[in-house]
Amino acid sequence: MTKEPVAVVGIGQTKHTAARRDVSIAGLVREAAVRALEDAQLTWSDIDAVVIGKAPDFFEGVMMPELYLADALGAVGKPMLRVHTAGSVGGSTALVAAGLVAARVHRTVLTLAFEKQSESNAMWGLSLPIPFQQPLLAGAGGFFAPHVRAYMRRTGAPSGIGALVAYKDRRNALRNPYAHLHEHDLTLDQVRSSPMLWDPIRYSETCPSSDGACAMVLTDRAGADRAPYPPAWMHGGAMRSEPTLFAGKDFVSPRAGRDCAADVYRQAGITDPRREIDAVEMYVPFSWYEPMWLENLGFADEGEGWKLTESGVTELDGELPVNPSGGVLSTNPIGASGMLRFAEAALQVRGRAGEHQVDGARKALGHAYGGGSQFFSMWVVADTSPAG
Amino acid sequence: MREVAIVAFGQSDHRRDTPEISEVEMLMPVLHQVLDAVGLRAGEIDFTCSGSCDYLAGRAFSFTMALDGVGAWPPISESHVEMDGAWALYEAWTRLLTGEAETALVYSYGKSSPGDLREVLTRQLDPYYVAPLWPDSVSLAALQAQALLDAEDTGDTVADERALAGVAVRCRTAAEDNPHAQLAGSPPPEALLDEPYLVRPLRRHDCPPVGDGAAAVVLAAGDTARRLCRRPAWIRGMDHRMEAHGLGVRDLTRSPSSRLAAERAGAFETPVDLAELHAPFTSQELILRRELRLGEDVRVNPSGGALAANPMMAAGLIRLGEAAAAIHRGAADRALAHATSGPCLQQNLVAVLEGDAS
Repeated sequence: MTKEPVAVVGIGQTKHTAARRDVSIAGLVREAAVRALEDAQLTWSDIDAVVIGKAPDFFEGVMMPELYLADALGAVGKPMLRVHTAGSVGGSTALVAAGLVAARVHRTVLTLAFEKQSESNAMWGLSLPIPFQQPLLAGAGGFFAPHVRAYMRRTGAPSGIGALVAYKDRRNALRNPYAHLHEHDLTLDQVRSSPMLWDPIRYSETCPSSDGACAMVLTDRAGADRAPYPPAWMHGGAMRSEPTLFAGKDFVSPRAGRDCAADVYRQAGITDPRREIDAVEMYVPFSWYEPMWLENLGFADEGEGWKLTESGVTELDGELPVNPSGGVLSTNPIGASGMLRFAEAALQVRGRAGEHQVDGARKALGHAYGGGSQFFSMWVVADTSPAG
Repeated sequence: MREVAIVAFGQSDHRRDTPEISEVEMLMPVLHQVLDAVGLRAGEIDFTCSGSCDYLAGRAFSFTMALDGVGAWPPISESHVEMDGAWALYEAWTRLLTGEAETALVYSYGKSSPGDLREVLTRQLDPYYVAPLWPDSVSLAALQAQALLDAEDTGDTVADERALAGVAVRCRTAAEDNPHAQLAGSPPPEALLDEPYLVRPLRRHDCPPVGDGAAAVVLAAGDTARRLCRRPAWIRGMDHRMEAHGLGVRDLTRSPSSRLAAERAGAFETPVDLAELHAPFTSQELILRRELRLGEDVRVNPSGGALAANPMMAAGLIRLGEAAAAIHRGAADRALAHATSGPCLQQNLVAVLEGDAS
């Protein structure tokens, strides 16, 4: 049987910032949704269903907030699904929404992800101690730092690679009006000399805490024909999960990530991702995850990821630009961060990324991961519709 | 539309308190039960989807522990909804409809015992205007029940306190045949009506038990379903709809979202012979019966329904599972299953299940 092709025809996001005190949670999500509808030149009545995602409810202290947000998102009288797959949730949410279109259950779906981190303390939300279970007592950074060290030891990467990534992403963010951090005067030396938080991760190599939301309008072939601007076409999408902790787990390059990438490339007919993909929006909350994921996603051989970064290949004007938007390192509304990666990949192939547009981008990868590197979601989008 | 069926269903015994076991320990026997029923291992399932809620567990990312219990190695294609498992089943169903998967494992669970459920559920409300007032779930249901009783005064409907008690008696009596039920058996309506109010107009018998429990189903498509199950419960249609959150902007005596979901699921095209309704409060069953046009000839909640066991996040999936199991064993040919979420029937899902002619 054939699936319906899925097109991204509308994208909206908020200006991300440390605290959006001027809007409620409902006001925040509505802002992104309205922008996505404007981009698609559609109205609320054109939307058949809403799929919403966010990271833990503890971050804002609202249990199952989709119930409260139904009115703000025009979901009254419509189907509304709420996805939660930890940090990968923004990507998974988009994929669940795409599945509704692909299955021909609905024709046009609004999907949205958000986080209003200012209404809580994420570090606390991640650190609730539970009997018999390993808590992330030092927040996410404390959990991931040992895996960065393992990567450095395994590959012999020099200690300055992480700073290069952070410096690149923060400079890219200057071209993205929606990015949270706009550090105009930042120098590489400042990144390198910023305080050490979780050795080897320095302050300037970590993501900020942001308020923000991202929305997309996904539709079928007929909907794409009516779209006012070029759509992005989904050529592949996949999710993979593996256990959090077990003796065989490779935290440096989790198999779930490799399998997920392989599945997406297979669906998209990609055999050489390094050559065939023009832009990558990768989930890099700590700078060192760029070289790590370059290997995990098949862009570099094992142990070679840091060399790609060091050589400048991943710069905005490099052969394989990674995070032209500035990425998670510049903007991190946790629940929305994955969808931002998916949406920014779509913006690139639509040619609508503005100042951070990669010239001639025709095929792009959006990537998200979550939990203790055990949840992955990815999609490949392109400027032409998939064959068939 | 591609044929998809529920081919296996399992549930835990639902209990008020389970301090001696974790959520994962509560879930594992149920997972093994459904996988054994179809002779598959977790790694042989194409897609896995679960439903649960962090607020019951009291920690972020609580579902990750359950996933570890599933045994996601080698890595599996997997997703999670922060909703009742009925919606996890919906997501899995759409995945099977695309043809990307032939089989799916769906599970959900909830332990209400560690907290005060009535207070915990206040956190579902508008965080700025309503939640700070801590209106608890029973009080909100009482508002809805009173609205229904008041509507009776205008001659608009059928509800009085005796009718509510009748629902409780029938559900809890039916639960005597359900070995998993938390509550079973009931005094006659006269005795129930002598009891004091819990939150007027609701008495204890009008309210669901608070408890812990888990459930799981296996879905399969087409010939795979026929191979795995003697009489698959085919999903003929499934739909779900949302209503406004603000209680003041909707008529609490009606459930238009249930009506619309049923219509979209095809429930009104041919009469059903059995219905499993997720109605945690007696008054909600009366509302749903009317919206879903269930006549006296339809067997409603032969399992005892949510008044006999209402494990949060699993009770809706159990309705789908109970309806499917009735078809599996030939006790029903066409069944309606309903799940609800949110205060006062805010969100509703309806599925229509059918067995092949026997």
